[in-house]
Amino acid sequence: MWKGLTTNVLSHDAAIYENSFPVEGGTFDNAGHVSSQIKALLTRMKLSKKVVRRAALVTYEAEINICSYANRGRIHLRVTPEHVTVEAIDEGQGIADIELAMQAGYSTATERIREMGFGAGMGLCNIKNFSDFFRISSEIGKGTHLKMVIRIDKDFDGI
Amino acid sequence: MNLDTIVKELDLKVLSGQDRLDAEVSGGYVGDLLSDVMANSKEGDLWFTRQIHQNIVAVASLKDHAGIVVIQGAEPAADTLEKARKEGIPILASARPGFETIGRVFNMIAATKSPEEADI
Repeated sequence: MWKGLTTNVLSHDAAIYENSFPVEGGTFDNAGHVSSQIKALLTRMKLSKKVVRRAALVTYEAEINICSYANRGRIHLRVTPEHVTVEAIDEGQGIADIELAMQAGYSTATERIREMGFGAGMGLCNIKNFSDFFRISSEIGKGTHLKMVIRIDKDFDGI
Repeated sequence: MNLDTIVKELDLKVLSGQDRLDAEVSGGYVGDLLSDVMANSKEGDLWFTRQIHQNIVAVASLKDHAGIVVIQGAEPAADTLEKARKEGIPILASARPGFETIGRVFNMIAATKSPEEADI
């Protein structure tokens, strides 16, 4: 499922930074750690605050999903002069019905997850709303792959 | 308006970030659903919540909040405070219920703004 254009421009520009960060699944003890690291990195790269916050937000939601639903995963960050690309790849239960999972308010979160204020069925919607390109694919029993792209040059209100 | 003014007026207990009380508070956000706070709060907001686990620190830090106010006498977990101290996020405790705490802070901030910019 793609949001926006399905062009290949994303892979054309050369990376000025690229790295993978492991995320522990099944626990919230370190939740947000990778997002914080990525926020600090992008801030040091002198990207605008809005771009940094959008990247931090989509990374955070993806990280929380790995903590909530996967056994383990990783977040891959790629920065080019034009885009920040965040991919979240996990080994986990996968999503049975992606269209349903994308609906605002739909959640399969357990009581334990909801008690902490997660699992409101907003995570994937936030990711979609705050990225310029978004793709999700998933396989039951294998895992889920999210790709989010944020355009560095684009002015984006509301964050 | 800075955080320190609000702390003194409402007699909030400062649990972390004592050295960040000069932070400018531009507005506020209320919520216990972390994704809602992530999506809708703004930089410089004071965030009011009943959540006390350590993940609130990450949210406040990622969204550049001025600080977190835990309401209704809630006591943040020890690891929450440890993380907040490490990341320099002020956590303030209000003994009052949320409705009263938030109403008073709203009025304080609104009084400093002209009607045109009263959208806090």
